[in-house]
Amino acid sequence: MKNYKNDFPIFNQNSKDKQLVYLDSAATSQKPRAVLDAMDEYYKNYNSNVRRGLYPIAEIATQKVEEVRNQVARFINARDASEIIFVRNSTEAINLVMNTWGDMSIDMAMDDVIVATIMEHHSNFVPWQFLAQYKETAFVVIDITGEGYIDVDGMYKKIKNAKILAITHVSNVLGTINPIKEIIKKIRIVNPNITILIDGAQAVPHMKVDVQDLDCDFYVFSGHKMIAATGIGVLYGKKKLLEEMPPFLFGGEMIREVTVEQTTFANAPFKFEAGTPDIAGIISLGAAIDYLEDIGMEIVKNHEKELLEHAFSQMEKINGLTLYGPKDIKDRSGVISFNIKGVHAHDIAQVLGDMNICIRAGHHCAMPLHKHLGIVASARISVYIYNTKEDIDLFISGLKKVKEIFKV
Amino acid sequence: MEDIVYREEILEHYKTPLNFGKPDKFAISSRQTNPFCGDEIEMFVEFEEKSAGGATIPPQGWKIKTIGFEGVGCVISIVAGSMLTDYAKGKTKKELTKFSQEDMLDLLGIEVSETRKKCALLAFSVLKECLV
Repeated sequence: MKNYKNDFPIFNQNSKDKQLVYLDSAATSQKPRAVLDAMDEYYKNYNSNVRRGLYPIAEIATQKVEEVRNQVARFINARDASEIIFVRNSTEAINLVMNTWGDMSIDMAMDDVIVATIMEHHSNFVPWQFLAQYKETAFVVIDITGEGYIDVDGMYKKIKNAKILAITHVSNVLGTINPIKEIIKKIRIVNPNITILIDGAQAVPHMKVDVQDLDCDFYVFSGHKMIAATGIGVLYGKKKLLEEMPPFLFGGEMIREVTVEQTTFANAPFKFEAGTPDIAGIISLGAAIDYLEDIGMEIVKNHEKELLEHAFSQMEKINGLTLYGPKDIKDRSGVISFNIKGVHAHDIAQVLGDMNICIRAGHHCAMPLHKHLGIVASARISVYIYNTKEDIDLFISGLKKVKEIFKV
Repeated sequence: MEDIVYREEILEHYKTPLNFGKPDKFAISSRQTNPFCGDEIEMFVEFEEKSAGGATIPPQGWKIKTIGFEGVGCVISIVAGSMLTDYAKGKTKKELTKFSQEDMLDLLGIEVSETRKKCALLAFSVLKECLV
């Protein structure tokens, strides 16, 4: 198993006896030197605004930003770069769709139904719940099975009259990889008019995603979870939909012509990108994709799978430890949520934190799911390309220490 | 920090918190969840003075006779609930209204990080709601 830690400066500043064990990549990922350098280079060498300056450094910046747009389109196999909209993060992307497409398309008089699943992150749940309340229309939630899979049979019934389905590609708590391609294929037979939005925040960093193959209408993800900077995210939307949608934010860079009486708007993607974008963030996303593609997404996926198996096999043996989500590793991405009987998740995380082992505890922005599981909180580890089996082993010995302290 | 938070007597306190449970009789109750982790604490308060003739808001001079709490939480939030309910017993509403966040952290006597302050102050926040 290759060790990528040297590429990530954060891992090179710790003393040997208290090295950083970072197991919270589902919250945000660490950044490789190549990404930091790319941003640095922009600020040091060609810092300027995009799509307005007529001088050389502005030309470079504009060109770089559009290159990254092309690169993202290639990375997720969008048909056209104009289908890639730069936003702040997945949350903003979903809110953009909710505010524009949602406002335009959901009609109380038509009894339009909005559907999400119980395993959504709040960012793909709350906006839709709000839209349903605002439009006084039905909000329907799809269940999961006891093993942590989407209840597909229930789903096909519930989406019959639905206008939109919002569903995650990978659960940030259960780690379940939803079979999005098959799901969409069947849904389109049952309900040809439905619009489908996929939350890919936990998928794009970890596996090859092909939006044309999936045949989704919208797909969203965040840069900071895939080794790029915070503040840059992507909304993919089918061109036809983007053309129909009204703008989201209004201002500079999203217009065609402004007169005192009236404004006409630019085409997508610029229609949705008012104001100066996060140029350094966009450049970091390009460098992040370069880094990941250099390794290869298949290798990234297998690297994580190996770590997951290593962790799973040891965690299963710990007395009083409950694992959530599918038992079958092949249906999971690099997230493991768990609880230890008699110890609150916060206390697990804090004891580990004191050992410089970083894990997450809480409801992971998925309160409906935790309620469904009958728990208030859980502890969670999540792995990425820079993790090693040694990280997992240190984590396991940390868990043993937790059990010692709490005498469970 | 682990030595401070997870020392023996704190853990004992966590496992056997004081005033845990719902009293048979109480005049006021309030429940809150910590949005950071979903933990919840419900508190029940009964005053020494008899609630006379339909007064819904207890006067400032009334003393707490019985106080209990229930909930799910980490060591810090449960120990905070335990210590706070014990402290509040016999105190007047006025005294407790003056009791500040800093007082709560002092009472707890455990060094808590910024993120864990929400845990340390959950019970405090529920008690304040009971006293409105």
